[in-house]
Amino acid sequence: MREHLPVLQVVLPLVAALLAALTRRPGRAWALALTAAWLVLAIAIGLLLQVLGEGVTSYHLGGWEPPYGIEYRVDLLNAFVLLIVSAMAAAVVPFARTSVAREIAPERIPLFYSALLLCLAGLLGIAVTGDLFNVFVFLEISSLSAYSLVALGSDRRALTAAYRYLIMGSVGATFVMIAIGLLYAMTGTLNMMDLAARLPAVAATRTVPVAFAFLTVGVGLKLALFPLHLWLPNAYTYAPSAVSAFIASTATKVAIYMLLRFFFTVFGAAFSFDVMQLDWILTPLALFAIVLASLAALHQEDGKRLLAYSSVAQIGYIVLGISLASVLGVAAGILHVFNHALMKGALFMTMGCVMYAVGSVKVSAMAGLGRLMPLTMAAFVAAGLSLVGVPLTVGFISKWYLVQAALERGAWPLALAVLLGSVIAAAYVWKVVEAAYFRPPPAGSETREAPLGLLVPTWALVAANLYFGIDARWTAGMAVRAAEAVLGVGR
Amino acid sequence: MRLLGLYNYWIVVGLMMIGFYTMISRGNLVKKLIGLTVFQTSAMILYISVGKVRGGTAPILLDRADVLYSNPLPSVLILTAIVVGVATLAVGLALVVRIHEAYGTIEEDDIHVQDDAP
Repeated sequence: MREHLPVLQVVLPLVAALLAALTRRPGRAWALALTAAWLVLAIAIGLLLQVLGEGVTSYHLGGWEPPYGIEYRVDLLNAFVLLIVSAMAAAVVPFARTSVAREIAPERIPLFYSALLLCLAGLLGIAVTGDLFNVFVFLEISSLSAYSLVALGSDRRALTAAYRYLIMGSVGATFVMIAIGLLYAMTGTLNMMDLAARLPAVAATRTVPVAFAFLTVGVGLKLALFPLHLWLPNAYTYAPSAVSAFIASTATKVAIYMLLRFFFTVFGAAFSFDVMQLDWILTPLALFAIVLASLAALHQEDGKRLLAYSSVAQIGYIVLGISLASVLGVAAGILHVFNHALMKGALFMTMGCVMYAVGSVKVSAMAGLGRLMPLTMAAFVAAGLSLVGVPLTVGFISKWYLVQAALERGAWPLALAVLLGSVIAAAYVWKVVEAAYFRPPPAGSETREAPLGLLVPTWALVAANLYFGIDARWTAGMAVRAAEAVLGVGR
Repeated sequence: MRLLGLYNYWIVVGLMMIGFYTMISRGNLVKKLIGLTVFQTSAMILYISVGKVRGGTAPILLDRADVLYSNPLPSVLILTAIVVGVATLAVGLALVVRIHEAYGTIEEDDIHVQDDAP
C-alpha cells in the first residue's frame, strides 16, 4: 500500500470523477468529491512524510524500469506542490456544496464535481510524474476540465471567457508538446532524469534552444506570465465562485512547478540561466506583471476581476523569485506559491460568500456589507492584509524572503518594485474595504450573513493565513529545502 | 538540396503558421477552431517525421534479424495527442454552440458589441 501512494494520488480522483459523473444526485456526487479530496490530501501528507523520511520516491508504472517505462518520481518539491493542490481541493469542495447549489442548475451538479475531480487528477498528475509526455497528457486533462468548469458560470460572458481560455491554453499546451517532441528527437528519451543526463551532450545544437523557447512560451501561457495573461481575468471573473477559488489557487501554481522542473531539473540552472540567459526575459516580465497588473487591478469595478488582476501580479512575484536563480530566490518563489494559494483561495471564497448573499460582486454592490455581513468582510480584510503583506500574515513572510533574495543579489531596484507592488495592493484592497465599511448599505437591504457552509471553509483558510504568517518555520523550511533539492545544492 | 530533403519539416512549419495565422486573424469562432486544429496537426506531423528511420520499415516484428524498423514510439505518442486534439475540438465546438445560443452570433466583433452594451 505505502509504495503505491504516488499512483494512488492520481488514480483516486480519476476514478472518483468517473463515479461522480455516473451518480444522478447532487448530494451523492458532492459526498464522493469530498471523500476523494480528503483521501487525496491524506495521500499527499503520507507522501511528504515518506519523502522527508526516506528521500526521493520512485514509482515504476506497470513495473517497467525507467527510462523505458513511465516513472512517477516524488522529491521534496513535488511533494510540497502535491500537498498545496490537494489541501486547496480539500478546502474548496466543502465550500462548493452551498455555493454551487446557488450558482449551477441541479442536473449539472454531478457533472460539475466530475469535472472538478478530473481537473484535480490532472493537476496532481503533472506534479507527480517524472515523464515528459505524461506531463503533456495531464496538462490537457486539467486544462480541458478547467475550460468546462469556467463555462459553467451563470453569466453568458463565462462562455466567451472559457473559449478564449481554450484557444490560448491549447496553443500553450501544443507549444509544450512541440518542445517535448524536439527534446525527444535530440535525446531519444522522455524520462526527466534521463533527459537531464543526456541533454548536456547535445546542448550546443540549434534544436535544444528552440525546444527551450517553445517550452518557456508554452508554460508561460499556462501560468499567465505577463503579457501572456490575457485569458486569465475573464476566466476567473465569470467562473462559478468555487471554481475561481480552486483554479486561482492551484492551476497557475502547478504551471509554476512545471517551470521549476523544466528549467532546473531537466535543462539545469547552468543552461537555463547562464547559456540561455533566461533571467533577462523573466525579470523584466515579472516586474511588468507586478506593477502593470497591480495598476490594472486598481481600475476594476468588479471584485473578482480585481482579484484576478492581482493574481497576475502575484505570479509576477513568484517568477521574480525564480528568475534570481539563487536558493533564497527560488525558495521565496516556492514559498509564495504556497502562501498565494492560501490568500487567493480565501479571497475568492469571500467573493463566493458575497455572490451567494448579494448576487453580485461589483464593488458598488458591496456598499455597507461590513455591517450586513461582518464575518465575510472581516475574512476579506484579513486575507486582504495578507495580500498586501502586513506582518503576522503569510504575505509578509513571502515578501520578506523575496526582498532578502533581491538584496542578496544587490538588486535593490527589484526590492523596491516588490514594495511598490505592495503599496498598490493596499490601494486596491482598500477599494473594496472602503465600499464595505464606509458606505451606507442601500436602504431596506435584506442582505444577510453567508451561511456557515461557506463561512467555515473561508475562515479555515484565513486561519491558515494567520497561522503560517506567525509561525513560518515549517513552510519556509520546506521551501528552502525544496529549492536546495531542485537547484542541486546541499544534497 | 539539403533543404529540400527536409521537406516534411517545411510542411510542418507551413501548416503551423497557417493555423496560427487563422487563429489570430479570423473573427469567426469556428474558423479559429479550424486554425487551432491545423496548428495541432502540424505538431503531430513533426512527431511522426522524427520517428521515421531512413530505409526503415513499419515497426511490426518480422522473423528476420537484419530488418531496420522505424521508431514506433512517436506514433504511439501521437495517438494520444490525437485523442487530446479531438477532445479539445469537441469542447471548443460545444462552447461555440452555447455561445451561439446565448448571443445569437459566433462573430467575435458582434459578441464584443453585445458585451459592451449595458
